[in-house]
Amino acid sequence: MTDAHDSARTGSRAQLRVERQGRVARLIATGEWTVRDAPRMDSELQGVNLGGASEAVIDGSGITRLDSAGTWLLVRTKRDLEAAGARVTQFLLPDVYGPLLHTIEMEHSAPPVVMEKRHGLNAFLYRLGKATVETGRQGYRMLGYLGRFTIELMEAIFQPRGNLRVAALFTQIEEIGINALPIVGLLAFLIGIVLAYQGADQLRRFGAEIFTINLLGVGVLRELGGLVTAIIIAGRSGSAFTAQIGTMKVNEEISALQTIGINTFDVLVLPRVMGLIIALPFLTFYADIMAMIGGAVMCYFDLGITVPAFMRQLHEAVEMKTFLVGMIKAPIFAATIGLVGCFEGLQVERNAASVGALTTRAVVESVFLVIVIDAAFSILFSILGI
Amino acid sequence: MANKDREVVIKVRGLVNIMGGNMIHDHIDLDVYRGEVIGIVGGSGAGKSVLLHSIVGLNKPREGHIEVFGEDPTPHRERPKNSVQMRWGVLFQEGALFSSQTVAENIQVPLREYTSMSQELMNEVTSMKLSMVGLPEDAARKYPSELSGGMKKRAGLARALAADPELVFLDEPTAGLDPISANQFDMLVKDLQKSLNLTVFMVTHDLDTLKATTDRIAVLVNKKIKIGTIDELRKDPDPWIQEYFSGVRGRAALAS
Repeated sequence: MTDAHDSARTGSRAQLRVERQGRVARLIATGEWTVRDAPRMDSELQGVNLGGASEAVIDGSGITRLDSAGTWLLVRTKRDLEAAGARVTQFLLPDVYGPLLHTIEMEHSAPPVVMEKRHGLNAFLYRLGKATVETGRQGYRMLGYLGRFTIELMEAIFQPRGNLRVAALFTQIEEIGINALPIVGLLAFLIGIVLAYQGADQLRRFGAEIFTINLLGVGVLRELGGLVTAIIIAGRSGSAFTAQIGTMKVNEEISALQTIGINTFDVLVLPRVMGLIIALPFLTFYADIMAMIGGAVMCYFDLGITVPAFMRQLHEAVEMKTFLVGMIKAPIFAATIGLVGCFEGLQVERNAASVGALTTRAVVESVFLVIVIDAAFSILFSILGI
Repeated sequence: MANKDREVVIKVRGLVNIMGGNMIHDHIDLDVYRGEVIGIVGGSGAGKSVLLHSIVGLNKPREGHIEVFGEDPTPHRERPKNSVQMRWGVLFQEGALFSSQTVAENIQVPLREYTSMSQELMNEVTSMKLSMVGLPEDAARKYPSELSGGMKKRAGLARALAADPELVFLDEPTAGLDPISANQFDMLVKDLQKSLNLTVFMVTHDLDTLKATTDRIAVLVNKKIKIGTIDELRKDPDPWIQEYFSGVRGRAALAS
C-alpha cells in the first residue's frame, strides 16, 4: 500500500510540538501515534497551552503511523479546543487515514463510558440492598416451589399414572444410593475406627474401656451415622442435582421440555427428591453397620475385645429406640438435600458462571440445613424425653 | 491482489492436523498478506476452526510450521514485550465475553494488559470502540448475559479491536444473525478493515459475507486448501466447490 502503512515498524515514537505564528497556534504531531504511545500523548495533549491564540491548526501530516487510539486523541483535542473557544481552522492528516478519521469524527460523539464503581461505601450499600431484596425474593420463590412440590408429590402418589416416572426414579435410586455405597461405606468404617480409638483412649483412664462400645453404639446410631451420610450425599448428589438441572437450563433443555408439554417437575424434580428419600435411609443403615464394623475391628486390636463380647456389650448399650431415632431423621435430611439441590438448579440463569455459583450455594445450604435440622431434632427429643 | 511482494502476515507451511484419528489437514500451505480480507470456507468438519485455532496458537499442530508477523504464535508462559498476541484480535463464535465483567470492562481487558492508559482515556476509547461497532452507549454497563446474540458479537468485536490490532480473526462472525444484522456486520467489518487497514482472517459459511467482504477465499476440501478469488474458484472442477458456489444458495448470493 502506501509509505505510511509500510513504515509500520521503522517509525519513531509519537512527538508533539506547539508553534506560535501570530494569532495561530500550530499543534504539530509527528511519529507513530498508536495505542502504545497513547498514555504519554494523552497527558501531553491535556496540558497543551495555546498561549492565548484564538486560532489553532492541528497538523498531523508528519504522522507515520496512526491507529484509532491516536486518531481519537487528535479528534478529542480538536473538540476540546473548540469547546474552549478557539477556532480550529485546519486538521491535517495523511490521506490514507481519511477513512479512519471519518469513522471516528463523524460517527463517534458519545461521552466516555461510565464504569460502575466496585468499591467504596456506595457500592457496599448497593450490594447490601441488592442482597436484601434478592434474599426476600428467594424466600418467596422457595415458598412457591415448596407448594408446587407438595402438590406434584401428592399427585404422583395418589395418581401415579402419568405423574410418576418410574424408570427415572429407579435410575436416580441407583445413582444416589448404589453408586454411593463405596464412599459412604469407607467413610463410615473410618469414623467407627476413629471414634473407638479416641473413646478407648479417654475411657481407659477410668478403667471403663468397655464403655467405648456404648459411646460408639449410641454416638453412631443416634447421631453420627445419619449426619455423616447426609453430609456426604449433600456433597455428592445435592451438588449433582443443581449442576445437572442448571446445565439443562443453560442449554434451554428445560424450555424444550415445556414446549413439548412435559411437566418438568415430574421429570426432573420428583424422581430426584423421591429417589433420595428412598435411598438415604438405606444408606444410613448401611453406614451404621460399617461404622460398627470399624469400631469392632478397633476394639479387637486396641482393647482386645472379641467380636462376641463386642456384640454382647452393644446389645446392652443400645435399644431399638436409639437406632430408630437415628433412622427417622434420614428421610427428612433427604427431602431437604433434594429440594435444595433441585431448587437451586432451577434458579440457574442462562450463563455459565451461574451454574458454578448455584452449585456451591446448594451444597452450603443443604449441609447447613441438615445440621440445623439435626440440632432441632436433638432439642425435640430431649423435650419429649426420648 | 496478485502482488506477491506484499508483506506476509500469516505464513503456514506443511500444516498437518489429526483429530480423533482422522487427518484433517494434509500439508497445508497458506499465505495471508497485509491489508487483505481472506475468507475460509469448507464443509462441516473440514477443519476451518482447527485451522484458526492452529494459527492463533490454541492448537498445537502435529506437523508443520506457522508464523504470524514472523513469530511463533504459541502462547508464552511469560509474555515478551510486543508479542504477537498484542498485534492481533480474535472474535470467537459466541463472542467469548468474560461473563463476570460488563461490556466496558471486557473491552478494557486488552487495554489494561498492554498499555498504561489512564482510566479516563480508557473510558473514552471504550466509548469510541462501542460506537465503532455500532453498540448503543448503555450497552457499556451491561453484562454479557443481558445482550442479544448480535450484540454479543459486536461487543466481542469491540474487545478484539480494543488495543488496535493489525490482524483480526473472525470465527463465523455472521452465524446466527438475521440477514439484516449480518449485512450490517459485513459492512462494519469492511468499513473497519478499510479505515484501520486491518488484515482480516475470517471463517464463515455465509456466501453473502464472502462476496461482500473478502479479497480472496481459501476453501478447505479433501484435507487440502485451494485459494483464489471467487471467480477463480468457480472455475475449479472440484465437485464440492462447484456445489458450493453453483448451488441454489451460491448462485443467488453471487448473482446479486
